[in-house]
This record gives sequence, C-alpha cells and structure tokens, in this order.
Amino acid sequence: MSDIKVVEKPGPFTEEEKKLVNVPSDTFVTERDKDKPLVLETRHLGIDFGGLTAVDEFNIGIGATEITGLIGPNGAGKTTVFNLLTKVYEPTRGTILLNGVDTHGMNPASVNKAGIARTFQNIRLFDKLTVEENVKIGLHNRTDYGMFTGIFRLPKYWKEEKKSHEIALELLDIFGMADQADVRADSLPYGAQRRLEIVRALATDPKILLLDEPAAGMNPSETEELMKNIAKIRDTFGIAVMLIEHDMKLVMGICEVIAVLNFGKIIAKGTPTEIRNNPQVIEAYLGSKKDE
Amino acid sequence: MKRSKNRFVNYIIVLVFFAVFQILLSTGTLSSLLKGQLIPIVSYMIMAVSLNLVVGISGELSLGHAGFMSVGAFTGVIVEAALLSKMDPSALNGNMGMQMMILAVAIVIGAAVAAVAGFLIGIPVLRLNGDYLAIVTLAFGEIIKNLLYCLYVYIDDRGLHFSLDPNSLNGTTVLNGPMGALGIKKISTFAAGCVLLLIVLFIIQNLINSKSGRAIMAIRDNRIAAEASGLHVTKYKLMAFVTSAAMAGAAGALYALNYSTIVPKKFDFNTSILVLVFVVLGGIGNMTGSLIAAALLTVLPEMLREFSTYRMLIYAIVLITVMLLTNNAKFKAFLNGPFHKEKKEGKE
Ligand SMILES: Nc1ncnc2c1ncn2[C@@H]1O[C@H](COP(=O)(O)OP(=O)(O)OP(=O)(O)O)[C@@H](O)[C@H]1O
Ligand SMILES: [Mg+2]
Repeated sequence: MSDIKVVEKPGPFTEEEKKLVNVPSDTFVTERDKDKPLVLETRHLGIDFGGLTAVDEFNIGIGATEITGLIGPNGAGKTTVFNLLTKVYEPTRGTILLNGVDTHGMNPASVNKAGIARTFQNIRLFDKLTVEENVKIGLHNRTDYGMFTGIFRLPKYWKEEKKSHEIALELLDIFGMADQADVRADSLPYGAQRRLEIVRALATDPKILLLDEPAAGMNPSETEELMKNIAKIRDTFGIAVMLIEHDMKLVMGICEVIAVLNFGKIIAKGTPTEIRNNPQVIEAYLGSKKDE
Repeated sequence: MKRSKNRFVNYIIVLVFFAVFQILLSTGTLSSLLKGQLIPIVSYMIMAVSLNLVVGISGELSLGHAGFMSVGAFTGVIVEAALLSKMDPSALNGNMGMQMMILAVAIVIGAAVAAVAGFLIGIPVLRLNGDYLAIVTLAFGEIIKNLLYCLYVYIDDRGLHFSLDPNSLNGTTVLNGPMGALGIKKISTFAAGCVLLLIVLFIIQNLINSKSGRAIMAIRDNRIAAEASGLHVTKYKLMAFVTSAAMAGAAGALYALNYSTIVPKKFDFNTSILVLVFVVLGGIGNMTGSLIAAALLTVLPEMLREFSTYRMLIYAIVLITVMLLTNNAKFKAFLNGPFHKEKKEGKE
C-alpha cells in the first residue's frame, strides 16, 4: 500500500487546480478513533442508471471501529451505495477511499481483498455447500495451498485445511452455529442463513463489514441477539461496521453514527438522538406511512 | 460429509467393474461384441465424469466435449505413429511394457494438447458472464472436425510432416483428411483404461474436495457472492474447464488407440450430446451416476441389436430407469449404505 503511484498529471498545476476546496465528507468520528485513519471515505460518490440518478453526492467518512447506520425509505439508494462500495457497480462519479487507497479500477474480488466485506439484502449463500464450506470460501484467500497440493493431498493441504476448519468453527461459534457446520446452507432456517452470511463475510478478514438489512425476516428475539452479536464482532475484531436496516430499534440501539438517505442523497448525518429529532428526517422517513 | 465418502464408492465401482470383466475376459465367456466394447465403455466413462466436472461442479454448459476427445484421439494417434516409426517394427510384439509406455506417452500428450485447446477457448469465453460457453464449445467441436478433414499427416525418412494438401502425402500416411487415421496399432488395453479412469476419478474427486473445488462450486452456486468473498472467478472456471478438457483428451487417446482406423466424424456433435446425456441421466454433479449411465448406455445399443423390433422401446425404458435410479435419494442412500449410516443431513 505504500508504493508510490504515478499520478496521471503530477504538475505543473493550473490556477484552477491550486484553488482550495473543502473535502466534502465533513466527517466526525468517535473519540476513540480520532487518531486513526478513516477506514472508508467517499467523495462526491454517485451513479446514474440511464437517466435515473440513483445515488448522488454521497459523502461519508467512517472511523476505524465505528458502527454506522444507513437508513432511508425504500428505493432511496441504500443498497446501491453498498454495490458501489463493493464494486458491483462502477461509480459514475466520485471517489472511494478504502484505508486511504482509491479503489478506482478494482473489481469486487480485489476490493474484498483490500478490506471490505458484505452481506446481501436478498441472501446469497452457496446453497449446495455446507455451512462450514461457506465459511471456508470466506477464508479462501487466507488458505495457502494450490490446485496441485490439493489434488495430491500434500502435507500442506492437511495443515491448511485443518487450520481453516478450526477458524471456520471459531467464527461460526460467534453465532452459536458450530454444531450446524455440516448442514447444507440452503436447509438452514432464514435467520440462520443471514447469520451465516455475516460469518462468511467476516471470514474474509475485512476492515469494514457492510450488512444489508441483517435483521430482515428475523423475529424480535433473534434481532435482539443479532444486535449483541454485531457489537461483539466490532469489539472482538476491532473493525468498522456499516449497516442498512429498517428496524429502528436495532439502528438506534447500536449505531454510533447514522446517515439518512433520501432519493439518493444524504439528508442528515449524526448521532441517533440527532437523527431522531431532525425534522427533515421525520418528514422524509420516520413520519412517512412506513411504521417504525 | 457426503462428498468425501462418495469417493470410495466410485473407486470400488470401477474396481468391481474391472474385476468382473477381467474374469469374464480371461475365462473367455465374454461375447466378442461386448469384448470390443470394453475400452469404448471406459473411454465414455472418463468422458462422462470429466464433462460432469464442467456441467455439474462448475455449472457451465459445454456442447463440444467430443471436440476435446477428438483432439486427444488424433494427437494420440500421431504420437503413437511417431514413436513407432523410430522403432524396429517387431519391438512391440509381446513387449507389454513398451506398449504401455507408448500408450502412456500418447495419452499424456493427447491430454496436454486438449488442455491447451481448452485453455485457448476458455480464456476469452469464461471471462463473460452467461451461457456463451455452450455456443463456443458447440462451434469448437465443429471447427475441430472440419480442421481434421483438411489435415494430412505423414511420416517419411525426414520425419513427421503436417500438410493441408492431400497430394503431398508421402511415406507412411498417419492422417488422411476426411478418411481419418489409418493403420493405428491397437495398444489400448482394458486394464490400462481402468487405471486411467481411476486416475481421472482421483484427480476430479480430490479437486472437488480441496480449496479449489470449493471455490469452483461456490462460483457455480452464486457468482456475485463468490466475487464479494474475494474469489477470482475466471481462474476457477478455467481450472475446471481445462482439467475437464485434458481428461477428455486422455479418453480420446485411449479410445482411438483401440481401433486400427478412426475418422474425425466419430467425434461430432452427436457424440458431445451423447456424453451430455450420460451426465444428465446420471445426475448432474453425481459422478457415480455418470459412471453407471455411461456404461449402460454405451453397451445397450449394441446389445439390443438382437431385439431389433423392440430396440428403441427397451432403450427408452432403460433411459427412464437410469434417470429414476441415479436421481433417487433412497437409491443413492442404498449405494452409500455400508459406508456411512448417518445420511440425514439437516433435512428439515
Ligand atoms: N441495476 C439497476 N438498474 C437500474 N436501476 C437501479 C439498479 N439498481 C438500483 N436501481 C434503482 O435505484 C434506486 C435505488 O435502489 P436501491 O436498491 O439502492 O434502494 P434501497 O434503498 O436499497 O431500497 P430498499 O429499502 O427497498 O432495499 C431504485 O429506484 C432502483 O430502482
Ligand atoms: Mg436495499
């Protein structure tokens, strides 16, 4: 990460280029993260689908161990933001800095290796693989042997498989799922599938974890459990979490910073209390027909 | 885990299959019809399991698997001719060791050339997201056939020559365009075929149960999630496809060196579809099913010649039976019975 990149145009700079501008993220971070670099920062991020501007001027900065909520009405562009951050879509404009590194030109796999992992709103598991194998896919880039070693089962195969088996069970244990390791992923109940997706994402050893509606379809006690576990993940791994969620109890309960998206733009950013009392937010989101 | 236990079932099936027919062969009870079918059966079993790696494990559709078989077959024939031309014609007589050596070299080179062909096709196509592989492999099978129609290979005292001009043929003809390969020395044996089949099963099954195989299946199940988990999709799709192509090439060499002549038309679209039928009937992703379907459906048409009138009827009944059996959970559980009792995996 320290190699010096050749900038397209190193200089000399024009008057226009010398002008001072504000970095748009107007970031605030928690006290504990104030001396650490931002794990994620976006500047002027936006994407158009044909004529439709789905996301525009999305500016956010996320501290190293922060839990951030991204909320907003249906169709506001929340999932699209995640798709931009994970390179499912290439942004039409703007910049994404992951640990200070511009992710321009990266693909979903390389941006994952650079430290961003996610879950999906509509669950995407490897259905025909077992729970443990799903997690081991997350561990793939940490499992160090090749095709040849695998076919001939050289000592390294056994060593690395044993290691990833152990890590997989440890990670599954966060959600108490270790006893279901050999079950096929598609035979898990819905809530467990969502939890497995989180474990798989966590297995890729991310610096920031993006959760797209992790509590969707869960009952209140499962949601309660999930809240605790998200906090636990942050505490044990010291990573940042950004989550999209419609369940206000969950969002207000664990998020330290909340950003509200409406029609693709951030309309408010702040602590849960600030967001709850923000008239614009109440009008756009909480006050709408959608019950909280 | 289911997959790892299943492996041994397949090795045992092949060993039993080999033992039974080897005994029948040595006691002379085997009809000459079936005797001639043994090596083709083994070749098609290899074809079926290797295609299943692409269709069942990697989740891509290939309609030109016979094209790779063809590449392996004719490469094998040329290698054999080139090696034999360097030797005393009588050197092979009764020298089983030498015969197996030449066969092994022909199979390995046949597999390697088929792998290169697979790589060249896979590189552009497997980057794309969609069913392009089916279209391109379909075209590949036809292109290979037509290329072979124009290819003339001969050996004279200056060595091996490739030409597109039939009039240039000189010395010993190896490949004669549409007439195919002539004067092949039959060096394939049933035992060698079974060993090759075991090696192929070993590679496929160990691959599936390794990190790479897991990645291949993950990409099949959900490409987007696989990418988001940091997997290099093209790499693993290519790995499955090229491995499969190499195995088809090996099967082709084994097959061709069992005949004295072989024509390019043998490996056309119909053959590709036939192998695909083995895979589908045997159960997609089910290696045991592929083995059984390939064996039954290769011998059957020959055996049924005697029943001329009812032939197609019986054939259809067998197709349906195979399909029902190989895709039936109870039957599979019965097959696996002695090896693991706990078969109820999280069924809810
Ligand atoms: N690939 C695409 N092509 C065209 N339009 C798209 C695409 N993806 C998203 N959109 C549009 O972008 C807008 C934002 O969609 P998005 O899925 O991000 O909403 P969301 O905030 O996640 O909503 P929800 O709460 O329902 O999940 C919608 O109008 C959607 O139709
Ligand atoms: Mg969404």
